[in-house]
Amino acid sequence: MAAVAGRKTAPEREMARALAEGCGAGERAALARAISVVEDRRPGFRELLRQVAAHGRRAHRTGITGPPGAGKSTLAAALARVWRGAGEEVAIVAVDPTSPYSGGALLGDRVRMAPLRLDRGVFIRSMATRGAGGGLAEAVHDVIDLMEGSGFGRILLETVGVGQTELGVAEAADTVVVVLTPESGDEVQAMKAGLAEVADIFVVNKADRQEARALVRRLRDAVGLGRGRSAGGRGADALAEEPGAPGWTPPVLTAVATAGEGIIALADAIEDHRRGLAESGALEARRIARAEARIRAEVRAALEARLGRVAGDGGFGEAARMVAGGRETVYEAAQRLLAGGGILSGDLEP
Amino acid sequence: MTTTHRRIRVLVAKPGLDGHDRGARVIVSAFRDAGFEVIYTGLHQTPEAIVEAALQEDADVVALSILSGAHMTLLPRVKALLDKAGLADVLVTGGGIIPDEDAEALHAAGIGRLFGPGARTGDAVAYIRTWFTSSGRAET
Repeated sequence: MAAVAGRKTAPEREMARALAEGCGAGERAALARAISVVEDRRPGFRELLRQVAAHGRRAHRTGITGPPGAGKSTLAAALARVWRGAGEEVAIVAVDPTSPYSGGALLGDRVRMAPLRLDRGVFIRSMATRGAGGGLAEAVHDVIDLMEGSGFGRILLETVGVGQTELGVAEAADTVVVVLTPESGDEVQAMKAGLAEVADIFVVNKADRQEARALVRRLRDAVGLGRGRSAGGRGADALAEEPGAPGWTPPVLTAVATAGEGIIALADAIEDHRRGLAESGALEARRIARAEARIRAEVRAALEARLGRVAGDGGFGEAARMVAGGRETVYEAAQRLLAGGGILSGDLEP
Repeated sequence: MTTTHRRIRVLVAKPGLDGHDRGARVIVSAFRDAGFEVIYTGLHQTPEAIVEAALQEDADVVALSILSGAHMTLLPRVKALLDKAGLADVLVTGGGIIPDEDAEALHAAGIGRLFGPGARTGDAVAYIRTWFTSSGRAET
């Protein structure tokens, strides 16, 4: 289970080289295995990511989120088909929650993506949130990077919008589509969960139902009040500085995903948003903001791991006794531990 | 500082034409409760679609539920396609109404243990765990 401590070994480097090469050549089996290596944080995963990033490819990343049962998978599949029709290759990451009790997960999004089953231009990967505490696993970003480096021009990230995952979607995607249904309370739930703040585009799915029009109206009112990501109303502090496309007001679209209605309009809206981002320079700014957030997360995780090691070595125990005994202040102890190395020095690679 | 998080990934599929997925749903829940990551693909899967999904998902195990009586054609077909796709080391197991002599013949053809009516879900879980450990996958 535990990672091998110490330097990269030759087999790890060889594994990374072979998989990165396979990804670059568009080999599906190589991409699939590479995703597992990265998701499991197996030895050599950083080297693998480095080599795949060196392919220098760029994809447009669309996030689809919304409450359970809103039709996200069906919509994602329909959208993928539209893009396929335009000759684009599409990779889909479908994220479902890990059970906090068993550590297992039921990943069922493929059921609704049946029409894509044998299309070689589509790659679907199901992912569990694992230890991400309700958020998106850091590995999701890495998986998207692998897909990008494997030559997929369109990447769809599908997540259930409950808890904190929607903020992760906003961090991972260039364009965020929030899917709601006319079922009572959905809109209120969405506002509560913070979904509305991250939306670049709203889709009211199952729009053939009676209450759909009222929901569309309420959403349009809400958007008009300046809510929505690109209108400057970003709710999450962590994302506050991430730029939106200037002048973009999130459109409220309707769809009946099971019947394929409204999908082309959605694809057009995504394209409009993408173009707006690209032409204003906001796309690049978003990528930089995303990279910074990921660097911060990695540095924080590394520091915490090192703190844990210091604690394991008894460093805290000694300092704590000094402080409790009045021989040293908390600040002196903290300064001494930081200055003593171990916490700030050393290599990232396990 | 980074620890690996290897999980057993099991693809559960129902090939063929019978529409009874109760057994599949029961085993999906049991696998999830055992800590496996279960990719459920739904009804009416062709062997080609199952193998393509197993490849994309990098599944360790493909578990098939077959109640139609077509196990003697479907199971070897899935196994052959997996081998062709370079996935010969993926365990093919399953359940359904499969006579002992058929199970033996399938076993000889590289198919893993098959679980019939009355089998306990815990047996299937234990079987997969044991296989996973002995396959060396736990260490990668």
